Amino acid sequence: MERNREQLAKIAPPPMAMLAEVTHRCPLACPYCSNPLELKAASQELTTEEWASVFQQAAELGVLHLHLSGGEPASRRDIVELIAAAEKADLYTNLITSGIGINEKRLDAMIDVGLKHIQLSIQGVDEKTADLVGGYKGGYKRKIQLAEWIGARSVPLTVNAVCHRTNMASIPDMIDLAIELGAGRLEIATVQFHGWAIENRSQLMPTREQVEATTQLVADARERLEGKLVIDYVPADYYATYPKACMGGWGRIGINVDPTGLVLPCHAAESIPSLNFENTRETSLHDIWYHSPSFNAFRGTDWMQEPCRSCERKTADFGGCRCQAMAIAGDATATDPACHKSPLKNRMIELAENAADTSEQLEFVYRGR
Amino acid sequence: MSSANLTKDSVPTLLQGVMVKHDDVRERTVLLAPERTLALDGTGIAIIEMIDGKKSVSEIVHDLAKQYEADVQTIGNDVVAFLRDLINRGYIGITDGA
Repeated sequence: MERNREQLAKIAPPPMAMLAEVTHRCPLACPYCSNPLELKAASQELTTEEWASVFQQAAELGVLHLHLSGGEPASRRDIVELIAAAEKADLYTNLITSGIGINEKRLDAMIDVGLKHIQLSIQGVDEKTADLVGGYKGGYKRKIQLAEWIGARSVPLTVNAVCHRTNMASIPDMIDLAIELGAGRLEIATVQFHGWAIENRSQLMPTREQVEATTQLVADARERLEGKLVIDYVPADYYATYPKACMGGWGRIGINVDPTGLVLPCHAAESIPSLNFENTRETSLHDIWYHSPSFNAFRGTDWMQEPCRSCERKTADFGGCRCQAMAIAGDATATDPACHKSPLKNRMIELAENAADTSEQLEFVYRGR
Repeated sequence: MSSANLTKDSVPTLLQGVMVKHDDVRERTVLLAPERTLALDGTGIAIIEMIDGKKSVSEIVHDLAKQYEADVQTIGNDVVAFLRDLINRGYIGITDGA
């Protein structure tokens, strides 16, 4: 057993976190939705018992944090049972929700069975903007109501906001709203262009000036609010010097399961056509994590090309995002074009600047409408 | 609450959503909080076990010094450094013991 453990450690450390996308169904239609263009049908979703087995296997593999996401996880009628199954597996369970589909009674049921943390998305800081971006009338009011209910109970709240060209000016208001709603954490993530978001690239791409101003603003707010509000910030990388250490490295920290049981090293990994993914319905999570070709594809540094291969940062940022390399360089083993050492950096900047440079107000393209 | 307000009369508590767990797979004890994990060493575990939302910093130091038959000054330095770090990282809060 000990020897076995040592051998496994040479392949990868045990995963820390699982993102379980329990359904692709969602009442909202955010233009930056990073879920794939082709959503998985409800009839293909894993059953309650199948998810319970996945959670048990995840805990045995070393997962500590479980993030229940979607789509809207509360669109599953068995969401309370799923949280109970996660608690039984002794996982620290976080619900990532739009807030739609959770009334006070259901919230209490979730907390009663062991929900540890709620992450609530906001699409804007006023009713008109938020409901327009989310494509769901009345959504804003229901989110604020849910935040109030959470505040009256003993579960920590994180507010999550995706920022893009049309809302970057209101980030100070988002910070104020998060504090007002009693959140201990605020996540500000700059839009990333995967899945449906690609359809709205020209509508969403921030300008270089916006990105620089936002980075400064977040740094100032963090200092001012230390001990009051934790701000986690995912900056835009299009104009950056170095790429982001995507996923903390491929197959190192996180494991994703899609609604049908497909196991992915990252949320957008299906955009890499050379990879085949295994399903929890056929293969154990342990075997997929340690032995699947998809998880091993970009572990370590042997798969890298130049300039990554000889770069001193190769174990710090892991060559950046594989899906972005695929999307822009057309090669998942290329250096992330966000890196200044990439031969495609200028093309990346040009692409971003062209998308951001729109004198006219563009309408969002909504999924399924 | 900033760690600058920490005094010997402060009463430390684990913040909402913070839990202690034994991580069987990695054979260590960790603190779990929203989106975060912190591995504890022996000293950290001993201090965390003393935090009950009632004991003040000086009571914790006194109890630990007695339990480990150690110097109050040394233990005091360890406890204060540990608490400051965890307050700044959002795992522990303090109330003024009055």
